[in-house]
Amino acid sequence: MTSRELILSKIKTNKPEPSPLPKLFEFPRPDVSLVDNFKDVLAFVGGRAIELTDSQTIESIIKEVYPDLNNICSNFKGLDLPQIDLSKITDAHDLSHIELAIIEADFGVAENAAVWIPSNILAFRALPFITQHMVFILKKHNLVWNMHQAYEKLEINQAGGYGVFISGPSKTADIEQSLVIGAHGSRSLIVILI
Amino acid sequence: MISEYIDHPKEADNFNEDFQRTTWHDETLWFIREKRDKATKSLPEWEELRDMAAAIKSNVLSNLDDYLIEFETNAIKNGIQVHWALNAEDHNKIVHNILLKHKVKKMVKSKSMLTEDCHLNQYLESKGIEVIDTDLGERIVQLDNQPPSHIVLPAIHLKKEDVGEIFHKHLGTEKGMSNPQALTETARIHLREQFLSGGAALTGVNFAIAETGGIAICTNEGNADLGVHLAPVHIASMGIEKIIPKLEHLGVFTRVLTRSATGQPITAFTSHYHGPRKGAEMHIIIVDAGRSEQLGREDFRKSLNCIRCGACMNTCPVYRRSGGHSYGYTVPGPIGSILSPGIDLKKYSSLPFASTLCGSCSDVCPVKIDIHTQLYKWRQIIAKEGKMPFAKKQGMKLMNYVFSRPSLYRLLGKVGRNVLGILPRFMMYNSLNAWGKARELPTPPKESFREWYLRNKK
Amino acid sequence: MKVALFVPCYIDQFYPQVAIATMELLTKLGCNVDFPLNQTCCGQPMANSGCEKDAISTGMNLVANFTGYDYIVGPSGSCVLHVREHYSKLPQTKEVTKVRNNIYELSEFLTDILQIQSLEANFPFKVGLHQSCHGQRGMRLSQCSELNQPYYSKIVPLLKLVKGIELIELDRKDECCGFGGTFCVSEEAVSARMGIDRINDHIKNGAQYITAGDSSCLMHLEGLLKRKGSSVRIIHLAELLNSSIN
Repeated sequence: MTSRELILSKIKTNKPEPSPLPKLFEFPRPDVSLVDNFKDVLAFVGGRAIELTDSQTIESIIKEVYPDLNNICSNFKGLDLPQIDLSKITDAHDLSHIELAIIEADFGVAENAAVWIPSNILAFRALPFITQHMVFILKKHNLVWNMHQAYEKLEINQAGGYGVFISGPSKTADIEQSLVIGAHGSRSLIVILI
Repeated sequence: MISEYIDHPKEADNFNEDFQRTTWHDETLWFIREKRDKATKSLPEWEELRDMAAAIKSNVLSNLDDYLIEFETNAIKNGIQVHWALNAEDHNKIVHNILLKHKVKKMVKSKSMLTEDCHLNQYLESKGIEVIDTDLGERIVQLDNQPPSHIVLPAIHLKKEDVGEIFHKHLGTEKGMSNPQALTETARIHLREQFLSGGAALTGVNFAIAETGGIAICTNEGNADLGVHLAPVHIASMGIEKIIPKLEHLGVFTRVLTRSATGQPITAFTSHYHGPRKGAEMHIIIVDAGRSEQLGREDFRKSLNCIRCGACMNTCPVYRRSGGHSYGYTVPGPIGSILSPGIDLKKYSSLPFASTLCGSCSDVCPVKIDIHTQLYKWRQIIAKEGKMPFAKKQGMKLMNYVFSRPSLYRLLGKVGRNVLGILPRFMMYNSLNAWGKARELPTPPKESFREWYLRNKK
Repeated sequence: MKVALFVPCYIDQFYPQVAIATMELLTKLGCNVDFPLNQTCCGQPMANSGCEKDAISTGMNLVANFTGYDYIVGPSGSCVLHVREHYSKLPQTKEVTKVRNNIYELSEFLTDILQIQSLEANFPFKVGLHQSCHGQRGMRLSQCSELNQPYYSKIVPLLKLVKGIELIELDRKDECCGFGGTFCVSEEAVSARMGIDRINDHIKNGAQYITAGDSSCLMHLEGLLKRKGSSVRIIHLAELLNSSIN
């Protein structure tokens, strides 16, 4: 017998009596605004959400928050910023000099400030991890309340083989439980709500 | 394999020699327990979510073979290569063969308790392959040649000064560095180089979804993703119990996992891998290593529900005051103490006794494993199988003999109380009397309650 | 109401005043209290050490002593829980089942069965409540800090009926004291350390007395307090509810 057959036959012999799958419950959303909750939680997890006002543009926010960054790339169409042309890059290793990536998120989750990024909108899967700083652009009407709704909404078959929820910048507390933002991935993360 | 006995009381005694450090260890972990409390109490449906998570896991165990086949079929459709490993040796060989095929000299690895358990690093290093643990905590203990002491916080037993010393020795930083921010920055720069030069990336698996043939991996640092997306080969190792039936079940598990682990609403990165990127390869190794046997133990199979959040460690008053290394097993603390006896009953026979059965572990468990009840049940098996020290066993028999004979019990009680009252102090408080090392004995009363009752009864 | 008094072995031998207080208190509250004379131990020390099977005749002795009573009350959550839960390993005769169903821990009996609303008790001291684990997480005598559930307690309202008492708040309201039966000697270092942390929590928050529903926890904490030379004293819940210090 192969390992596969051996394992499967041992499981078949040893498994317990059938036990039904629970029906998934729907949980009431507390009386909070999705946008406000998203902003609060993002601050709690070390990021920052900025609501675009009439007097601002996405470019003006980025220039204000990141005045000194030069190596910028984006998948957001029509952004008036000097950008690196990702189509000229063939190897993800060459992204290591990227300072700021600007990505339009598919949707966001208010309860935990996560944004859903399927790989079909990314030129490289490595991009949100290798960049030094991260900006997501999220349409406010693309907010859901919790992860149950998020999994209902996302289409894993359309994700291009990979997708990730990102909630705040990369972080670690592995040294004496001291929170340090910017472990391996982005050192800062903002979400611009439009 | 040599089965050396893990002497938890002795290891715990050593740990407690440094009173201040024990205080610090206890308080650091209690702080995480408090964050967990806050996060779980902010969710009105918390207890319902625990019920749901436990019910999903029960369903998984009762259909595990079918779900594994469904998962395999869908994973292959997604372009993933699936391997099956009966035990640690099998697993390590499969990894090695994949690396040989790609002529990999250096592999970056994110956190995986399973590969710790398989001693994969040592195995690959003996074959001339460099393995770099990329989780910060794991990298710290790897550099110092120690095992992790916690499954979520591998270096929680080390102080920042210790980390500074380890980095000074191995990464050439200046001596005396102890600022966590600066130490993390050092590690970031060091590990970036490793990510960029890794020939393969190995990850663990948090959840494997049968319905979609993909896996989910949760990290805060982003190290799993950075490794995988840069390397030509991704190997993911998973225990058979990591299966969940449907994608929608991730809604439940992502909500309970991190709130239980660190008190965050979700990890910074929750990645869903459903196939390799263009030009790369993805492998999944499905590992048994004693799990199918545990599935057959009615009283203990629920331990396979575990999603490795570490909440039972953070809440355990014994773990907090004895440290992860005192358990001598990859997964320490309460959950480790019910998993390990199934692997080697003799070696780990002291672990189910490293508990007061206070029950806090079972109450924090997001998948409702009856941990303290299982500890009690392992004790019964250890005693029955004769793994308990002879003297203790005989003592228990004697106790029953006395307690089932009321008049003998009363006679001995009277003698005992009288003896306690007249014994000189040096005879009561010596090295043979574990009670008296830190505690005084109660002052023996002149008469027992029964004697009082008979004297005062109207 | 006829009540059988269950006196755990270590209370019988080391803390008879706890049993006396329980008896007096129940009598004061109108119960007719019997003390079956041939009771010894519930068997928990053996069972928790893995020798459940060796404790069967000890368990049967307890059942024989308490057969025929509708209410069995003991001043120990730990021993009562043992009878209720782990006597499932005894032959499930009519007698065994009845004893398992009819046994109560003291505060539970006062709250759920007698439903007392007032007490003639005085205790003008600052008191810290130690929540013994078997009463807390085993019998759910009050809200557990791990669970997301509304506040309730079967002990605190009883204490509040005592005149003069001032209940202090603890930093960790239901952490284990480290007694744990044979754990207290087999894992001596951790057991002592857990107890030290508990007494320090009470001392830091100003307790003059530590009370609990289990004398086993209190014996452990008392041993540590005495060794430390502390003036903080222990008092079992039964003694406190039965006290008349002015």
